[in-house]
Amino acid sequence: MSILVVAEHDNKTLNPATLKTLTAAQAMGDDIHVLVAGENCADVANEAAKAAGVSKVLHADNAAYGHHLAENLSALVVSLGKGYSHIVAPATTTGKNFMPRVAVLLDVAQVSDIIAVESADTFKRPIYAGNAIATVQCDEAIKVITVRSTAFDAVAAEGGSAAVEAIGDVFASEKVKFVGEQVAASERPDLAAARVVISGGRGMQNGENFVLLEKVADKLGAAIGASRAAVDAGFVPNDMQVGQTGKIVAPELYIAVGISGAIQHLAGMKDSKVIVAINKDEEAPIFSVADYGLVADLFEALPELEKALS
Amino acid sequence: MKILVAVKRVIDYNVKVRVKADQSDVDLSNVKMALNPFCEIAVEEAVRLKEKGVAEEVVVVSIGPKACQEQIRTALALGADRGIHVETDAMPDSLAVAKILNKLVAEEAPQLVILGKQSIDSDNNQTGQMLAALSDMPQGTFASEVKVDGDKVQVTREVDGGLQTLELTLPAIVTTDLRLNEPRYASLPNIMKAKRKPLDVKTPADLGVELASKISVLKVEPPAERSAGIKVASVAELVEKLKNEAKVL
Repeated sequence: MSILVVAEHDNKTLNPATLKTLTAAQAMGDDIHVLVAGENCADVANEAAKAAGVSKVLHADNAAYGHHLAENLSALVVSLGKGYSHIVAPATTTGKNFMPRVAVLLDVAQVSDIIAVESADTFKRPIYAGNAIATVQCDEAIKVITVRSTAFDAVAAEGGSAAVEAIGDVFASEKVKFVGEQVAASERPDLAAARVVISGGRGMQNGENFVLLEKVADKLGAAIGASRAAVDAGFVPNDMQVGQTGKIVAPELYIAVGISGAIQHLAGMKDSKVIVAINKDEEAPIFSVADYGLVADLFEALPELEKALS
Repeated sequence: MKILVAVKRVIDYNVKVRVKADQSDVDLSNVKMALNPFCEIAVEEAVRLKEKGVAEEVVVVSIGPKACQEQIRTALALGADRGIHVETDAMPDSLAVAKILNKLVAEEAPQLVILGKQSIDSDNNQTGQMLAALSDMPQGTFASEVKVDGDKVQVTREVDGGLQTLELTLPAIVTTDLRLNEPRYASLPNIMKAKRKPLDVKTPADLGVELASKISVLKVEPPAERSAGIKVASVAELVEKLKNEAKVL
């Protein structure tokens, strides 16, 4: 049986979450097909064909798939997916949006947000915001699975040479219309994919002070995140939020600045390889997960850190 | 129009979760239970639409043991008009829940169904999307803004890169994200009034839905603990450790 991985992309480049999802898929079986559905996304299909371990790329190119609307994408995946043993996608907001539709239209239950593959039908997934880890077995004929990509390493982006097959089927719901989007344009790396993340919390006091984090981030090539407290206080927009209800990150280095370390924040970053905490409250819970803690006033420590990295 | 809101009884979000010693599940005995926070936001949004004159009736449904009538009463105290309790002691998976809700959607014919984007216990984030596909209604998930305009609803969604806005033709499904609204507190008079609001009880069998799940939980464990590291005395020491010990710079 074969595995269908639905690629995450922006019609221009393959999102790295897809390469990580491929690693999870390889642990389930070895004949892996990738579906690239989008609009003018031939470059993405070619990129997917080069990824290690991919045997075939299905390329569906139509305006109906341009914004990855769940109604259209799920109908396409269901039409292609009946012969597969597993249908797998990264648990991004796109994957979370369309995959449950795929499952229900195939009349199967879905396993969400897996962090480990024990066997072709047994997976580990966090529940209760990561405060418990469940091992679940799925007996459905087609296993519909979303993958927490930060829990897996990426397959090699180069080296494969899969054939690309064009898919002409068009599914376009009349009931939903794309109106617009506000995408934060940034020169910085994407939060979920960055090697280094530096995040600010309520201790930053206001949005203007985030410039102190930016200066350090520039030295490190880091993405900038925030705690829910900083987002709720209106310091920064919510797409910067790291935590249970925001983005889950697991970079090589995570620097938490002025963040107390509420459970909800820890759920989003505690799998980072090295954690640094800078906080003036030495009792802050963030220190209990930090590899290196610095008890200091961030308004002194950040400029000093920027200088030390120059 | 009529709005249907689905709510779930879950462990209170302030409670520290503990895994049972036999690793069969999380220990829920003598633990404070509450309305799932995302569901509370769904109730609030429906009640606000009623207060604006967009909706005439807000019906709230919950599936679960007898005790989840407490959460239905909470929703009624927040301003919902009527409750439906689908009683079962089983723990149905999202697929079965979506099938039950789909039957109720067929019976009640709401113009808008609002659900939380996920429950904070199983963290599946599936039910709203499944219901949308089953009922063939368009979906606006992870909503941070909902605007009803005639036979359309405009939903602004929180997505990975920022925000996306969709226009859905009613009837439609909306799932809530955290920043959609801040739920009110129920006043004492409203809590008293809620006790007298109608609450229907049904069973999954009444609706013709099977609850057996093909996903079984083999084991539930606590996550690997991360131990605290060391405190450094200065920025210089921090940078030195990151360079030479952790080797991440």
